[in-house]
Amino acid sequence: MRKVIMGNHALSYGAMLSRAQVIAAYPITPQTQVVELLSEMCADGTLNAKFIKVESEHSAMAACLGASLAGARTFTATSAQGLALMHEMLHWAAGGRMPVVMGNINRAMAPGWSIWTDQNDSLSERDTGWIQFYCSSNQEVLDTVIQAYKVSEKLMIPSMIILDAFALSHTYEVVEIPEQEKVDAYLPPFNPPFRLTPEDPHAFGGLTSPDHYMELRYKLQKDMEKVPDLVEETGREYEKMFGRYLGQVEEYLCADAELVFVTSGTAGYTARVAVDELREKGFKVGNLRIKLFRPFPFKKVREILTRVPKVAVLDRNLSYGHHGIFYQEVKSALYGQSPQPAIFGFVAGLGGRDITRDSFKEIADYALKHDRAEEEIVWIGVKK
Amino acid sequence: MSKERKMAITIPREELMSPGHLACQGCGAALAMRLALKALGQKTVVCIPACCWAVIDGPFPYSSLDIPIYHCAFETAASSASGVRAGLDMVGDRETAVLAWAGDGGTFDIGLQALSGAAERNDDIIYTCYDNEAYMNTGIQRSSATPLGAWTTTTPVKHYKKERKKDIIGIMAAHAIPYVATASVAYPEDMVKKFKKAREIKGTKFIHVLAPCPAGWKSRPEDTIKLARLAVQTGYFPLYEVENGEKWTLNLKLKERKPIAEYLKLQGRFRHLKEEEVNWIQQEVDANYERILKKCGL
Amino acid sequence: MPKKKEVRKIVFNSEKEMPLAPMSLGSMLHNKTGAWRNIRPVIDLSKCIKCGICWKFCPDASIDIVDEWPQINYDYCKGCGICAEECPQKCITMVEEEK
Repeated sequence: MRKVIMGNHALSYGAMLSRAQVIAAYPITPQTQVVELLSEMCADGTLNAKFIKVESEHSAMAACLGASLAGARTFTATSAQGLALMHEMLHWAAGGRMPVVMGNINRAMAPGWSIWTDQNDSLSERDTGWIQFYCSSNQEVLDTVIQAYKVSEKLMIPSMIILDAFALSHTYEVVEIPEQEKVDAYLPPFNPPFRLTPEDPHAFGGLTSPDHYMELRYKLQKDMEKVPDLVEETGREYEKMFGRYLGQVEEYLCADAELVFVTSGTAGYTARVAVDELREKGFKVGNLRIKLFRPFPFKKVREILTRVPKVAVLDRNLSYGHHGIFYQEVKSALYGQSPQPAIFGFVAGLGGRDITRDSFKEIADYALKHDRAEEEIVWIGVKK
Repeated sequence: MSKERKMAITIPREELMSPGHLACQGCGAALAMRLALKALGQKTVVCIPACCWAVIDGPFPYSSLDIPIYHCAFETAASSASGVRAGLDMVGDRETAVLAWAGDGGTFDIGLQALSGAAERNDDIIYTCYDNEAYMNTGIQRSSATPLGAWTTTTPVKHYKKERKKDIIGIMAAHAIPYVATASVAYPEDMVKKFKKAREIKGTKFIHVLAPCPAGWKSRPEDTIKLARLAVQTGYFPLYEVENGEKWTLNLKLKERKPIAEYLKLQGRFRHLKEEEVNWIQQEVDANYERILKKCGL
Repeated sequence: MPKKKEVRKIVFNSEKEMPLAPMSLGSMLHNKTGAWRNIRPVIDLSKCIKCGICWKFCPDASIDIVDEWPQINYDYCKGCGICAEECPQKCITMVEEEK
């Protein structure tokens, strides 16, 4: 069934079709519609789930983790300040091996108050052990929620589905809503290897000495390393059942490109339009949209970018005192690779400032003119 | 003595807490858990945040309880328990009781928001605060449950605690939850009765248990029960219940209250108090006890 | 009936032997806390009235009821002295441990 829905509702539909059983969430602009629709779905019986109206995001994640450990499939959603408030609990989810799936709307961190899109909130959490998917269309959001449950529950690692504030969360697009029976066939009920049950009592998360902690984290990393292949496998399976492939990255006209943009989120699709327009003018450019950011898709990124002489990474975020984060990660992934492309790092769109086709033209202009970047960070659209 | 005569057992016999745990000698909190689990039975899941019990239970890969434990983040005893309850319900288990077991730090201070949230939602959990009156697990720093006059490492003798103990029962009663009660490890039958009663009620139940701590109170390990008894007998820690925020019942009516000095002198944390300061504390205890009596209609 | 927990010191030789999440696999019964004490309670059963008070107040569940008599479990008793203090008949004495 095709419906015109907003990005936030794509998250809600994804959670509903995945038969989430416990939802604990706290409202924050621009996520509110996610939880409002889920509330309605729970109230009218469309979704058989308990909706805990917690009193803060920290409690939201805490409740999700308790429910997950009790054996229930859980979902929540948040943004910026709320995600930051949950920070402690994000570490808890990953270290505790609770496969929660969460929607995060990329919103700028305060102060000053900003409700517009910026990636610092989710990228600040990249060390917590969560799988991170950066989505660029509402269809992708809905589909990826379902895929994320499959991947997360197989490896017992939580997932974050990330979308741009307003540019995606509030943008209405046509979305194919899959049939429940088909989703049930793709995604079986949650069946964890351990849970809180008096029939087999265990203490979860007790004091762990230096003799044991490292091995437990080693196991988490080893399981994280299985994610890219599992994303491919479940993504192909999804394609077979629903006609849409869900991969780690999206490559557009990179094969013969002299310059490839590396992008994420909605800028990832703006880039494609810019690529088409630049190609018409005779510039051989391409776009690599990174969807799976954690774990980092090393293989795909190296495969695609080492064939290319120049790479221009666009970050809608910044690690203050260093550089844009996608830039850092791409650069480190390509270190020591041969051939080694020239890598340029651009920062644009912070706090929701628009990233347009013109932004990409400015980026292409700079990257094609210079052999290497003259400044560490090349700022786009800042009134200097 | 007749060999046929049975031992007088006035509380359930079953042990759900094994020995070998890491509590200090004479730990009131250890006894509190032992008694609570006797009342609640094996079909219980407990959420334990950062507190002494996070350590007492034993390190990974061991445990000393025969029930499942979710060791949760410090401020999340109530929110974790709310989540566990919802999760158990959704997987079809309505029989297992969910217990949140937090210290005074995780209840009165850092955990208060989550507790208030759960209480406002009337989530079906039994929240127990075992109160040793300071952040004991981190080395005896003051909490808002630390009593007037007490020494702690952050209220040293020259700056001993001058703020009153937070009225947690008043706060929980104001949420109008179905059941709020105090209990003391020196009155095990009363404590077991209250936990059993709580288990049968749907909604949020809050039980405040006084758990003397020899290490932090600077008292003799063998005095733990005596202290838990004197706390009640002086009127410092009355045994009472509040149902639905409006029905206040005093469980133990004292004909005469013992002077607070008798209670204070057994604890090194009060040793610095001069006579006039002890009198001041006596007045505070009197006023508080009278206030509770009035609420109980006495 | 819940599964009985193992009672032994658990050693992992490889991460492969460890559970996925930090979860308990055995009981603290392997930890004989009797080693902590320097005084031990001794019950004079001839004076004992089987009131159950010592058993009731032990924070370490280290007093067993054997044939309806209290019996200190010296493997775990930490020597806190609560039983001796609370015994109404004063039939429990705290005695120094031999070196």
